[in-house]
Amino acid sequence: MTSKKHHVLPGFGLSLGYSLVYLSLLVLIPLAGLVARSAELSWAQFWQIATAERALAAYRVTFGTAFIAACVNGVFGLIVAWVLVRYEFFGKKLVDAFVDLPFALPTAVAGITLTTLYANTGWVGQILEGWLGFKVAFTPAGIVVALIFIGIPFVVRTVQPVIEDIEPEVEEAAASLGASRWQTFHRVLFPALFPALLTGFTLSFSRAVGEYGSVIFIAGNMPMVSEITPLLIISKLEQYDLPGATVLAVVMLVISFVLLLSINLLQWWTASRHTGRHVDEGAQA
Amino acid sequence: MSIEVKNISKRFGNFVALDNISLEIPTGELVALLGPSGCGKTTLLRIIAGMESADTGQVLFHGEEATHVHTRERQVGFVFQHYALFRHMSVFENVAFGLRVKPRAERPSEGEIRERVMKLLKLVQLDWLAERYPSQLSGGQRQRIALARALAVEPKVLLLDEPFGALDTQVRKELRRWLRHLHDEMHIASVFVTHDQEEALEVADRVVVMNKGHIEQLGTPDEVYSAPATPFVYRFLGNVNVFHSRVHGQWAEVDRAAHVAKDDALAFVRPHDIEIQRESSAGALSASVLHVQAIGPLVRVEVEHQGEIFEVELTRERHNQLALTAGETVWLRPRNLRVFQGEQMVSSQTFDLGAGI
Amino acid sequence: MNQIRTVNTESRGVRWTLMALAFAFLFFFLGLPLLSVFAEAFRQGFGPYWQALAEPETLAAIWLTVFVALAVLPLNILFGVATAWAVAKFEFRGKSLLTTLLDLPFAVSPVVAGLLFILIFGRQGWFGPWLAAHDIKIIFALPGMIIATMFITVPYIARELIPLMQSQGKDEEEAAVSLGASGWQMFWRVSLPNIKWGLLYGVILSNARAMGEFGAVSVVSGHIRGETNTLPLHVEILYNEYNSVGAFAAASVLALLALVTLVAKTFVEWRMQKETDMLNAVLPPEKTTATN
Repeated sequence: MTSKKHHVLPGFGLSLGYSLVYLSLLVLIPLAGLVARSAELSWAQFWQIATAERALAAYRVTFGTAFIAACVNGVFGLIVAWVLVRYEFFGKKLVDAFVDLPFALPTAVAGITLTTLYANTGWVGQILEGWLGFKVAFTPAGIVVALIFIGIPFVVRTVQPVIEDIEPEVEEAAASLGASRWQTFHRVLFPALFPALLTGFTLSFSRAVGEYGSVIFIAGNMPMVSEITPLLIISKLEQYDLPGATVLAVVMLVISFVLLLSINLLQWWTASRHTGRHVDEGAQA
Repeated sequence: MSIEVKNISKRFGNFVALDNISLEIPTGELVALLGPSGCGKTTLLRIIAGMESADTGQVLFHGEEATHVHTRERQVGFVFQHYALFRHMSVFENVAFGLRVKPRAERPSEGEIRERVMKLLKLVQLDWLAERYPSQLSGGQRQRIALARALAVEPKVLLLDEPFGALDTQVRKELRRWLRHLHDEMHIASVFVTHDQEEALEVADRVVVMNKGHIEQLGTPDEVYSAPATPFVYRFLGNVNVFHSRVHGQWAEVDRAAHVAKDDALAFVRPHDIEIQRESSAGALSASVLHVQAIGPLVRVEVEHQGEIFEVELTRERHNQLALTAGETVWLRPRNLRVFQGEQMVSSQTFDLGAGI
Repeated sequence: MNQIRTVNTESRGVRWTLMALAFAFLFFFLGLPLLSVFAEAFRQGFGPYWQALAEPETLAAIWLTVFVALAVLPLNILFGVATAWAVAKFEFRGKSLLTTLLDLPFAVSPVVAGLLFILIFGRQGWFGPWLAAHDIKIIFALPGMIIATMFITVPYIARELIPLMQSQGKDEEEAAVSLGASGWQMFWRVSLPNIKWGLLYGVILSNARAMGEFGAVSVVSGHIRGETNTLPLHVEILYNEYNSVGAFAAASVLALLALVTLVAKTFVEWRMQKETDMLNAVLPPEKTTATN
């Protein structure tokens, strides 16, 4: 905003000003504050806390479970999205709406419910533990279950519109050129879906890394085994170890930034692939 | 109210949208801004409306400085290319909008509003649609409502941005005539933007041909068509054959000016300004007929002369007399041609070829 | 949805397998948990369920949850509309930076979000001593919970409105201004009616998140029963006390809220779809009427 620019529509200064002040007070300054607080420690101290044995174990649990859950969601999210777009069945609209349940259901509710279900007395836990000897609740496997729950809509909702946008002619062309259905899928359709799938995967992963509410009930929270990083932050807080909590929060924050950045890049990639065709229809001056 | 634009320039980043444009539009005149997309015509219109600000230059309404007057106070009626009807308001409310938002002191009573809106809807012959919503109207109807809405506030100036751009040919033709008619009743200055030369030539009193941010020519429809000031205008308004004067030395006999011209002199001849003859005559070019095709009232003949292809348009009558067939050799003579050297016109000549044959 | 074309579909066997996989997955991970909330809540019958809900602390938690959500909503609406207006209708430098910033609260872990405000307003925080001296409580009190909820729900409405307003363009607003409308008249009569469904959609999403937020609020609330306990936090307390019926009764209220949210969301989506369909609909055939 260099020269005195004149806008026909009113409210530019007011709306942008309000927006920036609000975002600064609520988001930017607190985040800057966090970083500033961590800078009060020396680099050695910071490093020592960030790479303490228990912290490392917590990262391993957090990222390991989040990664497995995001993989499961990537596979099943694609299948669910495909089924929802391509097949006709009774109650399709209902199922479609239902996929958003994890967005709407408070995480604490998901947490206690999944715990009850997968505990050795629960509907699912009885079967898994009693018959198969596979313990889910209060182990890292339980964390994966909770993270699958909260992450599934991210994948479905990112992939679904892309499947809807595939022009049927593309598949017909492939078929007319002699491709089998499987060849059409993995040579034509999957490459088209891949950026969206990767975005959905990253969104699901990013959400899972920070998740707290649904995990703490089912995790068992054993240090070194099933303790996630957000929980470690809380237990440091409860021991009034503010610097320790701050350091871990900064680590989480940096990772969130990286993930957010890669999501934006992915979306930009997807968008540019989709709009690349219409370059010449630029706006008229 | 007259419009005057003085030395307007506008850039978007590195792109020069308008380069020192000056233009005067007296009251009662209907002017077309004609040019290819990206030539700056819409930007100029929006600057006149106050929706875009010029980097330099002035806009005057009726001799009064209006450059910094807000759109709201300019009292211009603006008609958008895509209508911009308020989608959640009925047709009636759309047209009434400009009256309802007036300050309380100037606002007409509810009865007056109703009366004026219905009068306008009758004027655009859509009073029977008053209770419909924009999404229930056809494109042509939407555009007429948009016009009625713009007229409701009794604007001093009417500005239309590609008003018929999104409509089918049939409706376009009808609305053109109707716009002309409406303008003649209103006694205001109207400006419309178009990229359709036929539209500009048919409707406007004067045509402003624009290209790359500057005015190529300003004149009556007949002037810009029959006496194009630049090669661009020639090419943009209708078909044209371009002869390289030096390469085709024989044209020099027809047109001595071309003989004098330097290497890059080009002779422009409209397809209907070329006469085809069976016998050779002084200055005629020999050519062979490639293809003959009847298109509506005309017959288009493609001929080849020294490896280049030219188009000739004949009336059906003339074609019947000639009865051309592909492959035969004929002689070409121009009726009307202009020679340009770069952007500069070096000669313009008209030849009386008599009745032909 | 248009007809599936014959060439473009899988063999019956593949189709059935995929559908079976999708349904089984959705049933085990979404359906069963939802069912089990209500099953657990009513495990001992309707009486104990009702009693558990009527506990004063549970009722207090419900009210607090509603209060926090209502306190946050107007600020979020104002912010969402203002941000979307600036981003969608104007060009300015740093716009993409602003939209990225907007996504930050989505990416930050709720626990970290809570911690941010402890570091500012907590006892060892920047303003801690000053607040203590003036006897103002933010952390472990209502203001802190409201602030943390604001942080978590900042992006929802703006995220919903920006693409909507971008797709609508500026034409209608410019038309309103050229017809003499003032800024407010333009906003109330043209812009707001055009975005009302999108706004409502954002409100529904942001409200669901505000009422259900656990992590961030948990960090700043201090878990004072009957005072700083929202319903999700109360669920945790009851659950940890092995009061299963109480916990699931409270949870069932939240699950119900989730279902209402889904229904409302689906309805609004349907309305928005209808509006876009109407706008994109094939125009009725032109009737050429003779002009005089």
